Amino acid sequence: MSHKINAHNVNVFYGEKQAIRNVSIDVDQEDVTAFIGPSGCGKSTFLRTLNRMNDTVASARVEGDIRLDGEDIYSKDMDVVQLRARVGMVFQKPNPFPKSIYENVAYGPRIHGLASGKAELDTIVEQSLTRAGLWSEVKDRLSDSGTALSGGQQQRLCIARAIAVDPEVILMDEPCSALDPIATARIEELIHDLRGRYAIVIVTHNMQQAARVSQKTAFFHLGELVEYGDTNDIFTNPREQRTTDYITGRYG
Amino acid sequence: MSVGALFFVVIVLGLIGWFVGRARAIALRSSRTGRFSALPGHHGWFVALWTTLPPLLFLAIWFFVSPAMVTDAVIATPQAASLPPTGFERSAILSEARNLARGEAFGAFHDLSEVLAPAYAAAQRRFDWIATALAAILAFAGFAFSYLRVRPQFGARTAVERIVMLLLLGASLIAILTTFGIVASLLFESARFFSIVPLIDFLFGTHWSPQVIDPRDPGANLGAVPLFWGTFFIGAVIAMLVAIPFGLMSAIYLTQYAKLSTRRWIKPLLEVLAGVPTVVYGYFAALTVAPAVRDFAVMIGIRWASSESALAAGLVMGVMIIPFVSSIADDSLAAVPSSMRDGSLAMGATPSETIRKVLVPAALPGIVGGVLLAVSRAIGETMIVVMAASGVATLTLNPFASTTTVTKQIVDLLTGEAEFDSAKTLAAFALGLTLFVITLLLNIVALIVVKRYREAYD
Repeated sequence: MSHKINAHNVNVFYGEKQAIRNVSIDVDQEDVTAFIGPSGCGKSTFLRTLNRMNDTVASARVEGDIRLDGEDIYSKDMDVVQLRARVGMVFQKPNPFPKSIYENVAYGPRIHGLASGKAELDTIVEQSLTRAGLWSEVKDRLSDSGTALSGGQQQRLCIARAIAVDPEVILMDEPCSALDPIATARIEELIHDLRGRYAIVIVTHNMQQAARVSQKTAFFHLGELVEYGDTNDIFTNPREQRTTDYITGRYG
Repeated sequence: MSVGALFFVVIVLGLIGWFVGRARAIALRSSRTGRFSALPGHHGWFVALWTTLPPLLFLAIWFFVSPAMVTDAVIATPQAASLPPTGFERSAILSEARNLARGEAFGAFHDLSEVLAPAYAAAQRRFDWIATALAAILAFAGFAFSYLRVRPQFGARTAVERIVMLLLLGASLIAILTTFGIVASLLFESARFFSIVPLIDFLFGTHWSPQVIDPRDPGANLGAVPLFWGTFFIGAVIAMLVAIPFGLMSAIYLTQYAKLSTRRWIKPLLEVLAGVPTVVYGYFAALTVAPAVRDFAVMIGIRWASSESALAAGLVMGVMIIPFVSSIADDSLAAVPSSMRDGSLAMGATPSETIRKVLVPAALPGIVGGVLLAVSRAIGETMIVVMAASGVATLTLNPFASTTTVTKQIVDLLTGEAEFDSAKTLAAFALGLTLFVITLLLNIVALIVVKRYREAYD
């Protein structure tokens, strides 16, 4: 089994405050990896180091070694723009651009020059929306504004938008926390369908969700990685007392 | 007593009322046990306000009403029978008589004025007595009413609160009422103008030279199109060509690229630019920019370059508007949720692609609203064009040619020797009214656009 991402001894600081302590983790290509833990445990911060979104926070500083297919993503030679094209991201709150549905999905392919003509772009848009399970719902109204969709549809549009640039990894930062249970179920199904084609890392505060969608689970607490392993083991047979306490609802 | 003296007397009466009311409250308080619902000071204020407000209100009205009443009284005297029935001379004689009666003038052109002056003085004296008597009655009535209510159970505290509330309401109405007054006077004078000059001639005529007006066809030289074109050309085209790009770019730099420390000193500097008096910009336009523009035009081979070019006034006006556009664009960009920016950056877009393709389009309604407000400011701007633009109205697309604006013409029409009844002078009010309507519409549209936009992200 190949490791898509190797993170080794990662520390993240916000100014003086340390948010992540010595986290090492390997993410597999074929798996869905879930990061769980109580609020403020650093799981989202760690996720954002994987596509260098922490660069947008002026006070953030990342130490350690993170490799994508063996390439150091924090090296001087790494082109952040290319990195983010390879490692897509879906955010906690659906954030479609205030443009049409079509333009939302076409945004990435356009800026990266992935389509050589209108026909090709149309194909990419249709394919991405289909993979995101949204095509049948929006195919007749592609020119409507993306912000006019329901919350769940907006989030699937954001997933389609991420898929459209053909990334290798998709990072999802609590993608269902703003959605109702039915929309959540659709997203979970979608994650299941996308598994294998993309390496998926999902942050969630919902333990049932982690158990349902992931093969590997990492439990974070106070900026540390407490336990990382097969999802089944974590939930049925945790090695650490803190993990047991958390998944049995003793805190969090 | 004159209105001014009465005013001071009433204030002094109020002061006395305060002490008397307070003293009575203190006296009642010491003679009795139990809770007072207000402090002695509140009772003092209650008496003072009731003593002063009724006569002051009366005096305010009297101040506007009494001159007409005095004049009517004079006209009713037998000496006034020989006054001309209407027209300019009648009012001239009356105002001369008034000035003589007040001792502001010592001789008159009209013999009749000398005759009417004593009558005027007598009428004035009589009405001053009436005013004094009425003010005194009102003051004492108010005093008596309030003084008798000074009792332990009386809630002077809440009563004062209510009066204060009414005073504040009155203060806030003043600005609104003044605006209505301005509009009414504009409308009134414009109506007089349009009774002389046809509306169509004014709005669609393309020839403007108010110095020479043919009484048989006054509209022929009062076509306002060149003025509105000049205003639009300087304020909405040239100035905006400067203000929009530079304002927008500075806003983008400040919100997206500048470090907090940089932002902290650039933003106040921009705001200082907004505080420079427009007359200073006017000097700058007339003395520095205009000659430079002319020299430049001559250098590139334009023969008829004016030193009062539209370009010079427009450029400086644009610079003046930059902080305005920048600050509104800044607000609009800052109002775009950061999740949009993150979303775009996470797609692998560069910061400049993110700004161009996501942030600016998302902030566009706010920016457009801001630009409309800026345009409305620019076309109403007066000082720069008075100093730097020409007085000659030309319909031209050449930025090096001399052009005039509505505001500049209004100033020209109303300064110097001007008779108040001519089409030429009245044209200033018609221009003012038209400009007022245009800027009002622009502001309304801009505010609607901005409001819609705000709602979109709330």
